[in-house]
Amino acid sequence: MVYSDTVMDHFKNPRNVGEIKDADGTGNVGNPMCGDMMTITIEVKDNVISDIKFKTFGCAAAIATSSMITELVKGLTIEDALKITKDDIVENLGGLPPIKLHCSNLAADALKKAIDDYREKLNK
Amino acid sequence: MIMVKKSVYLDNSASTRVLDEVVSAMIPYFTEIYGNPSSLHSFGIKAKKALDDSRKIVANSINANPEEIIFTSGGTESDNIAVFGVAAARKDGRIITTKIEHPAIKNTVQKLKTQGFEVLFIDVDYEGFINIKQLEESINADTILVSIIHANNEIGTIQDIETIGNIIKTKNPNTYFHVDAVQSYMKLPIDVVSAKIDLLSIASHKIHGPKGVGALYIRNGVKLKSLQLGGSHEKNLRAGTENVPGIVGFAKAVELNLVDLEEYTKNLVFLRDRLIDGIEKRIPHVILNGPRGVSRNSNNVNISFKHIEGESILLYLDMQGIAVSTGSACSSTSLKPSHVLEAIGLPVEICHGSIRFTLSRYTTKEEIDYVLEVFPKIIAKLRALSPLNAN
Repeated sequence: MVYSDTVMDHFKNPRNVGEIKDADGTGNVGNPMCGDMMTITIEVKDNVISDIKFKTFGCAAAIATSSMITELVKGLTIEDALKITKDDIVENLGGLPPIKLHCSNLAADALKKAIDDYREKLNK
Repeated sequence: MIMVKKSVYLDNSASTRVLDEVVSAMIPYFTEIYGNPSSLHSFGIKAKKALDDSRKIVANSINANPEEIIFTSGGTESDNIAVFGVAAARKDGRIITTKIEHPAIKNTVQKLKTQGFEVLFIDVDYEGFINIKQLEESINADTILVSIIHANNEIGTIQDIETIGNIIKTKNPNTYFHVDAVQSYMKLPIDVVSAKIDLLSIASHKIHGPKGVGALYIRNGVKLKSLQLGGSHEKNLRAGTENVPGIVGFAKAVELNLVDLEEYTKNLVFLRDRLIDGIEKRIPHVILNGPRGVSRNSNNVNISFKHIEGESILLYLDMQGIAVSTGSACSSTSLKPSHVLEAIGLPVEICHGSIRFTLSRYTTKEEIDYVLEVFPKIIAKLRALSPLNAN
């Protein structure tokens, strides 16, 4: 199994690592029992994702997909961010080994959950 | 200044570097003595002599007779011939093994289960030692085979095969005792007579010999049915022209290992414990899997790093030139964590963060110290990424 150069770059130098304090939205997905767990926190200003950070427990693919999604959606409106699919993440990473494709679901789900959490807070 | 990238190979339970003398010993068997050992002419006779000499060397190393050794393509084939061979000869009955076997045994006995054999898996404790009492109670009149891994390939636990052999033969003298000695051969002394072993699997590439060669010891009188049909090679149990250069290399590796077995085992234990102690001192939240001291295989270190995942650790180590393996699910095609780590009761999330380092006679103190130098930084970096970090 060989990872693409882009995957290895994001794995070696992950972007937007961390946790936003008092985040506007938080998404937790996965389970340590399964070997994958991800937390995404977002800050939203005027309907735009102004900041995003992640923390991931997982393999190189899990870390790289988390890092990639933060890069893809930073600066996008909530609506545009929701349009980013797992396939977009995989494409931007230059592909993933078949066995690792589920990792891209995890990143897309974590973002969606963070946005759901943000919207729920807004409606309160 | 030119930076030379270090290269530290700590995956010797996967495979080893072939000794230079082994390579030299093999070469004439490709270009000069290339005859088929079954042929009656001088070319064949020379090849047959090499085969006979090699058989003697391997037999002597485990206190067996030369006619009790057949050469195979490696540990997996030896295990298959032994387990399926006994099953085919005995037709039904109970087979007992452990929960921490190599897949070459685990999957062969699972197959027999689907064919109507009764298969029992003996429990192990938190260090990987089998429950001897459970084994003793499980051996009944129908038990045709007990198969035990001598030194575990993942966590290095060494089973007391002398005690086990005696228990088996006391309970049922007709039960065959098979030992998977792939990881213990040339690291621990093995005496098939005193341990009352009927069948024993070994492999060349784990002891600095070439890949694609192994052997199965079959005690005189043990009945096996052959699975592979063809010519009458290897006592009718392994049809196919013998891999003469490989077998010569295997025997040469055995000879060379025996020269300084005690001395290099001592050195391995020193380096192994230096690595374990160093990691435990420098890195918090770690768990050593398997026992400490004399009951641990001399070349094995297996450690779980909490809150992080094994494949990530493996790849970061690889970037520093250090080659290891992991029991993490993410590195396998099954996405299931190691059955061995599960059997010793390690929580699944901790199984994912386990790394196996396996040393060899080529491993140096400088290499271990280099690992200890770069390792804490790698673990700290990955833990900073983890949502599970205790801090």
